[in-house]
Amino acid sequence: MSTNTIHAIYDDDEVLVNAAKTIHSAGISVKEVFTPFAVHGLPEALHTPRTRIAICSFIYGAIACSLACLTIWYFTVYDWPQDVGGKPSWTLYHNIPAFIPPIFEFTVFCSAHFMFWTLLFRSWIFPGVTPKNPDPRTTDDKFLVLIETDSNEVDKISRMLKETGASEVKIVSN
Amino acid sequence: MFKEASIREPLILGDSVSYHQISEDVARSVEGKANKMWWGAFSIAFIAMLWGFGCLAYTVGTGIGAWGANKTVGWAWDITNFVWWIGIGHAGTLISAVLLLFRQRWRMGINRSAEAMTIFAVVCAAIFPVFHMGRVWMAYWVMPIPNQFGSLWVNFNSPLLWDVFAISTYFTVSVIFWYLGLIPDFAMIRDRAKVAGNKMNEMIYRILSFGWSGRLKDWVRFEEVSLVLAGLSTPLVFSVHSIVSMDFATSIVPGWHTTIFPPYFVAGAIFSGFAMVLTLVLIMRKVLNLEAYVTVKHIEYMNIIIMLTGSLVGIAYLTELFISWYSGVEYESYAFINRFSGPYWWAYWSMMTCNVVSPQLFWFKKIRTNLMATFILSIVVNTGMWFERFVIIVTSLHRDYLPSSWTMYSPTWIEVGIFVGTIGFFFTAFLTFSRVFPVIAQSELKTIMKISSKMYKNKTDNHHH
Repeated sequence: MSTNTIHAIYDDDEVLVNAAKTIHSAGISVKEVFTPFAVHGLPEALHTPRTRIAICSFIYGAIACSLACLTIWYFTVYDWPQDVGGKPSWTLYHNIPAFIPPIFEFTVFCSAHFMFWTLLFRSWIFPGVTPKNPDPRTTDDKFLVLIETDSNEVDKISRMLKETGASEVKIVSN
Repeated sequence: MFKEASIREPLILGDSVSYHQISEDVARSVEGKANKMWWGAFSIAFIAMLWGFGCLAYTVGTGIGAWGANKTVGWAWDITNFVWWIGIGHAGTLISAVLLLFRQRWRMGINRSAEAMTIFAVVCAAIFPVFHMGRVWMAYWVMPIPNQFGSLWVNFNSPLLWDVFAISTYFTVSVIFWYLGLIPDFAMIRDRAKVAGNKMNEMIYRILSFGWSGRLKDWVRFEEVSLVLAGLSTPLVFSVHSIVSMDFATSIVPGWHTTIFPPYFVAGAIFSGFAMVLTLVLIMRKVLNLEAYVTVKHIEYMNIIIMLTGSLVGIAYLTELFISWYSGVEYESYAFINRFSGPYWWAYWSMMTCNVVSPQLFWFKKIRTNLMATFILSIVVNTGMWFERFVIIVTSLHRDYLPSSWTMYSPTWIEVGIFVGTIGFFFTAFLTFSRVFPVIAQSELKTIMKISSKMYKNKTDNHHH
């Protein structure tokens, strides 16, 4: 039993979302969808799980905030306390208002940058990576649904994809 | 699908818009050849930039004595320019972050170029305080790095250090926000080059696009990261200029030591930032034929923001003036009398005219939808904002608490040269950007094509009636 890959190309995002709903409810699993922009409603139509990248960002920020408090306490209270215009330098707590700006900035810095890096790693996009979209038109104005199936179902699925409004259906044999 | 109210004016004009047409229009400036006007502008900007580099090299070689700053007026031309450029940088992130959170669709036509402008402006800004350090090769001392001086740490009580943190965070976060949006657009140009058989462009844009393929999951993450970055950048926009204002406000110099400074500086920053966006965008939309995407409505929205923030700045000026008298503090009131009637009265009144009077013209719809008037006023506003910083810095310092040290300040040609150089760098960078990068966030714009374009709006209207 060999697997076949079907590329169905759609010209319109509304048609695509409706097609995705039909395909999903028919129990056919969609391997991948390549789109030129974020099509709203498509992740819901295919029941794609929500990304947890915002939670990651929060965790990075929380760690950064704690780290900033700890290091500022170390620099200004523990290691080398200085008298700056009579400002209290014997505890972090007494002088915290002056430290809020750097703590805030460091928190934002880490949550933004590490979230960006998380995106790069999760989606594996880096300089030098070979793009995986099978058709160059999918970054312009076409929407490609990629389905992997075994050979005896190819015709049935192709016909169904045509019915949902696909403008081209291509079968790529492995 | 979501439909926008038909009374809202369309944000994409043209009678035959399609996803492909957007790609074509955005890619044209990257794929086409530069014309003579572009090369002319680029050459002038490039020469100005080289001139600035020369002046910087001279400053480093001779020392800060090459500048007109003196013992009494220790901050002058350089910090004026620093604050001016940082202010200009504020519009980009405001447009991309704050307007994203408020779901303002009109940001999509202009966010890319505004963010580019932000990044270049922040680079220009950073030059001034860094070179004012004198020994620039020791600039890394502003970072809390373990060192050989008994581990003497940087002073976390100082707003100057807060500024280091604020500006480096602002700059780097703006860069990633900007670049994230660019990735799918680079991918579009890469794939067009692939179809056209342009091997060189394909290679360059494959690297720049990080191998983006536009998979479903990529877009889900992309949107989430954009939203969270917008959320993170929003307080950042307000914090950066607040902290810049604290460089002044936490001191005890009359005219600086006021609590009004943070909101007043933030309003001024947005005011000047939008003015610079208008200056650039008005030329860009014409030269690159993008009038269908950066419409008169976009220009009008920006002019309304200028009118609002200009009025806020005006109220701040008047409040300062009133409080200086009402407080009964003689140093404070003298500082303000000296501002408007002292030796630098011309700077004060230039500021007042350019910043308070001129934006009021935008109350008239005729003026705020007139492109020529907008262009002229955008330059007037930025001139005024430069004078504002000059007034705050120089007039407050030149007559301080000790009359025996009162003095005047005037810039040397080297300081002027560095300023001209930063303007040169700014335009060199922006002109390069306009030929190499997609100047409109096309993948974002495509998401509103069916909602906010003239063609689709007409279609739905016909359908209803």
